[in-house]
Amino acid sequence: MYPYLLSEFIVERREDRCIHCRVCERQCANGVHLYDAELERFFSVDKDCVGCQRCVNLCPTEALYVRPRLFDYRPNSSWTRDKIQNLKKQAATGGVVLTGSGNDKPYRIYWDHLVLNASQVTNPSIDPLREPMELQTFLGRKPDTLKIEFSAGKAKLASQLYPNVPVQIPLVFSAMSLGAISYPAFKSLAMAAKEAGVLFNTGEGGLPVEMRDEYADHAIVQCASGRFGVDADYLNSARIIEIKIGQGAKPGIGGHLPGEKVSDYIAQTRMIPRGTDALSPAPQHDIYSIEDLSMLIYALKEATNYTKPVSVKIAAVHNVAAIASGIVRAGADIVAIDGIRGGTGAAPLATRDNVGIPMELALAAVDKRLRDEGIRNKCSVMAAGGIRSSSDAIKAIALGADGVYIGTAALVAMGCTLCHKCYTGKCNWGICTQDPYLTKRLNPELTSRRLVNLLKSWSHEIQEMLGGLGVNAIESLRANREHLRGVGLEEWELNVLGVKGAGE
Amino acid sequence: MLVQQYYQSERFVPDKEMDACGLFGVMHTGGVRFGGQMAIDAIKNMKVRGSGLGGGFAIYGLYPKYKDYYALHIIYQDKNMAAKKTVEAFLKKNFYVVFDEEIPTNPDIRLFAPPLAWRYFVSPQKSSAEENVPDDEYVISKVMHLNSHIDDAYVFSSGKDVGVFKGVGFPEEIADYFMLDELYEGYIWTVHSRFPTNTPGWWGGAHPLSILDWTVVHNGEISSYGANRRFLEMHNYYCTLHTDTEVLAYAVDLLMRRQGLPIEVVAKIFAPPMWEVIRHMDDSDKELYTALRMTYAPLLMNGPFTVIVAHHKEMIGLTDRIRLRPITAGAKGDLVFLSSEEAAIRAVCPDLELAWTPPGGEPVVVRLHTRDHLQSLNKSI
Ligand code: SF4
Ligand code: SF4
Repeated sequence: MYPYLLSEFIVERREDRCIHCRVCERQCANGVHLYDAELERFFSVDKDCVGCQRCVNLCPTEALYVRPRLFDYRPNSSWTRDKIQNLKKQAATGGVVLTGSGNDKPYRIYWDHLVLNASQVTNPSIDPLREPMELQTFLGRKPDTLKIEFSAGKAKLASQLYPNVPVQIPLVFSAMSLGAISYPAFKSLAMAAKEAGVLFNTGEGGLPVEMRDEYADHAIVQCASGRFGVDADYLNSARIIEIKIGQGAKPGIGGHLPGEKVSDYIAQTRMIPRGTDALSPAPQHDIYSIEDLSMLIYALKEATNYTKPVSVKIAAVHNVAAIASGIVRAGADIVAIDGIRGGTGAAPLATRDNVGIPMELALAAVDKRLRDEGIRNKCSVMAAGGIRSSSDAIKAIALGADGVYIGTAALVAMGCTLCHKCYTGKCNWGICTQDPYLTKRLNPELTSRRLVNLLKSWSHEIQEMLGGLGVNAIESLRANREHLRGVGLEEWELNVLGVKGAGE
Repeated sequence: MLVQQYYQSERFVPDKEMDACGLFGVMHTGGVRFGGQMAIDAIKNMKVRGSGLGGGFAIYGLYPKYKDYYALHIIYQDKNMAAKKTVEAFLKKNFYVVFDEEIPTNPDIRLFAPPLAWRYFVSPQKSSAEENVPDDEYVISKVMHLNSHIDDAYVFSSGKDVGVFKGVGFPEEIADYFMLDELYEGYIWTVHSRFPTNTPGWWGGAHPLSILDWTVVHNGEISSYGANRRFLEMHNYYCTLHTDTEVLAYAVDLLMRRQGLPIEVVAKIFAPPMWEVIRHMDDSDKELYTALRMTYAPLLMNGPFTVIVAHHKEMIGLTDRIRLRPITAGAKGDLVFLSSEEAAIRAVCPDLELAWTPPGGEPVVVRLHTRDHLQSLNKSI
């Protein structure tokens, strides 16, 4: 496709093992494997390989190896391979270099510099296999106090509560819209959320009508700038409504679903004509201030009769704490912060890798600011973007999150190998594509099982770690930074995170 | 013979009990004031639970002559007279001081680095801007200011008709030092025998911890401390004493005094039923307990604890929800006892009429002129 571009991968085939079954040929949407029937030989077009490893995984005889090609250019610490390749792409096209999934730059991952505490003698640890361990939490605004009345010696609640949504585990699937991901992938998330007692987020692509009855109880529906698929019925078939202002992978940038991906089904769900580009602008054109945001928040509450918490999702940026404070004051019940490692279906490479700040720092700053202002319990805080493991999740909670959004981790559970090619629409794993030939590769029954297993194993791990801390309810860890220590961090970083260094 | 001797000595090397402080509380539900002998003897009986690094007493009905004034017990570390001068200038500006004196101590008792201890009987002297601030809030804000802004000065207690006496030493030594058995009488006595776990043994850090009329003695370790502390900071309670128990004192003040919740409800906030239990409640209880857990999740006290919380007219005992630190209650006539050990109660009241152990999260509430404490007897195990 691009001239002068060196291939990134080498496809090696062990001829002694290959049985010419042609599975690899059929599995590769990029046409890397070509079979010449006359010669009875396979050829590989290395330069088209994206390293998704689909063929490697499915080859029945393990005849294939796909390896990165590392040392093609003369080694140069400044002009690294990706810098050169991107320049060549730009020179060839005059366009913006696109990419998919999350930032792969070696920026500091704070999770890997935080360690947890454990009980020893005076405060015994708790064994979750024998003792109850509670992970349930509620998302939404909490009152400052409760009114309780007594009649005949029995206490009764007399306050009216704000709408809150329980989640059995503080893990929620991130916004991934139908259109960006395939229908089977979307359905798998919904099914898994339902089974595990958590939530999935429709993203901005709408919620198919036939899914509303069954999955409404587990849906967070987004109201983004494009307003795709938004009507009263859509809003009412959700537990939470999320206004998407920003996204960690591309702060300050809107979305674009190319017309080729807008099939009949997508068109219907998004309420747009078939085959048209679905453009969601960066700003919501009715929101240029906190007051405007407040109007939208209350319009949505009004439309749903004040029965659903409204969340506002923003990208982690420099003054995120002040913005979050404004959002809470504007009436939001949940603030979702998406960090620089958040994934995406498509984003300009330069933006994805260079705009925004790590979520760990943003989360700590937001939690602190909301507490300093005495409004932390007026909202829940969701941390999103780059949660890779149960330990990342539990550390996020110790830093102040009520729950975490998991996106890429869920995709990986479905099969994604982080080839960063989601924007091409040719995801060989059937996740980020609308091509019916490819989407058939996912079976929601089976894929949702994998997702449920993922949630299950993370919750077991979280329970083990909580038990180790001598804590038997997840709420007692929220913002409990005493249980965290930093290793290999500088003073300013420890200050922003609000944690002590190890040994202190 | 040798073997037996070996075991005998082992019994008194309290390896196992080192992590479990001794707590004791006694209240006369008729409001009759009595001396400190019972409290001192009971805590002495649990000596193995102490460490010699901290102990203290809270006494209610202590200053009948000054009962309308806030009694501030303030210590000056290292007998720092400059701190005393600063504090007194601050007090003069913000309060009417009707009487003050050094808290009498026994010069024959040797303790580790005793500070200068002083008591002031004061009433608020509000500026016009503070006119509408309730007295209690006013006093709390001033106490918080003293504790967090003036080095070497700490307010031990700040309630009316109540006083806290504490320090580094075994509790009976503290009692001797302040001559509690000779000089004072009260209708509630609570006592604690050990310095707070994981904190330096210092005079301010010993139990009871108090704010206004509330005093707390606590055994255990609160693993939710960080979450509790951050929540309380949002309500302008600043933890300055480097101990996890402090959060309990502020949490009772916030929930019971400011928000007016009764202890029966507060107990369910500190030690709530498990979700599994809530799920099986009737609708009205389910609604209440769900709301409590949602709203007050940051005040759930996790980890092992037994506490005795006291304020005027009430003494409350509570253990954590999975009862890692049990509490024993006992009663005879108008006297009601709470303790870490039944033996300590029986040591001071051999002809006890009742003794019981309530389940985790079920408070024993001892109230003036009632038999409310018997309610927990019905639920005991
Ligand atoms: S999938 Fe494996 S065995 Fe089949 S044709 Fe490809 S390389 Fe050969
Ligand atoms: S979703 Fe598909 S295209 Fe995107 S990174 Fe994963 S495997 Fe590659």
